[in-house]
Amino acid sequence: MHRFANPGRFLRLSNVILPWIAVLAAGLIAVGLYLALFVSPADYQQGESVRIMYVHVPSAWMAMFIYTVIAAASASSLIWRHPLADLVAKASSPIGACFTFLALVTGSLWGKPMWGTWWVWDARLTSVLVLFFLYLGHMALMGAFDSATRGARAAAILALVGFVNVPIIKFSVEWWSTLHQPASVLRLDGPSIHPSMLWPLLAMGLGFKLYYLALMLVRVKSELIAARLNARAATAAQLS
Amino acid sequence: MQQANEFFTMGGYGGYVWPAFGVTALIMIWLLAASLRRLRENENLLKQMQATTPRRQAGRAGAEGRAS
Repeated sequence: MHRFANPGRFLRLSNVILPWIAVLAAGLIAVGLYLALFVSPADYQQGESVRIMYVHVPSAWMAMFIYTVIAAASASSLIWRHPLADLVAKASSPIGACFTFLALVTGSLWGKPMWGTWWVWDARLTSVLVLFFLYLGHMALMGAFDSATRGARAAAILALVGFVNVPIIKFSVEWWSTLHQPASVLRLDGPSIHPSMLWPLLAMGLGFKLYYLALMLVRVKSELIAARLNARAATAAQLS
Repeated sequence: MQQANEFFTMGGYGGYVWPAFGVTALIMIWLLAASLRRLRENENLLKQMQATTPRRQAGRAGAEGRAS
């Protein structure tokens, strides 16, 4: 991984793989949407409302996955001072915040017809709401200091401390009684969901993951250029 | 026609299913568009600056540029 921490090498690599990832992401999401809306069956209990699962569950997976990426990037930023780690964290947190928001909103839209309420203050929903605020705090801290490096360090510490929330979210449905159903895909004994629903879900899940990867590469590139712009502005100010 | 109608009503859950898919599409497309727009703006700014700043000093500063 150290080899890719070099910004020049990173840009060359990302320029090569970005188009492939983007096409693959679009293709998987298109296939996933088709399977989710036209092929997969209605649930015997939940009827057609079960289709909300195909956007809700991948969004929730991404909310946790992106936070894990940010925590890992933060650790490598604090420990090894990777030049790209801060940028990966900075580029990722707005994407994570969006997916967490989507998980909450689509969950609410699913909860109303199935549970009879838009919201309950139970462990799963509350811990995901906390995750959303962690993302917002991370974004705010990144920009809260005059020095970008100090902002990144403060945000990295927040990300690492907040990581405790990720296993809490994952196991909240087992540790506490809740309206939310337990995991049916990521289980130790294998998925308990029928293949006709599992495949569209996996296509959407992988599509969302590649969408994040493509978007993250675009945003890191943007940040790298912004860093060069700032450096140039600083030298220009010194010279004048 | 009947089939298309059934598809849109989603067995009575259309009012929940379609907003869920809609808001997901909206936010994912908006985020992508905003990120691409920002990249393009930064690329243009860099081009402008490269045109006005002398090359040597700029190159050195660029090599030192870390996270922003």
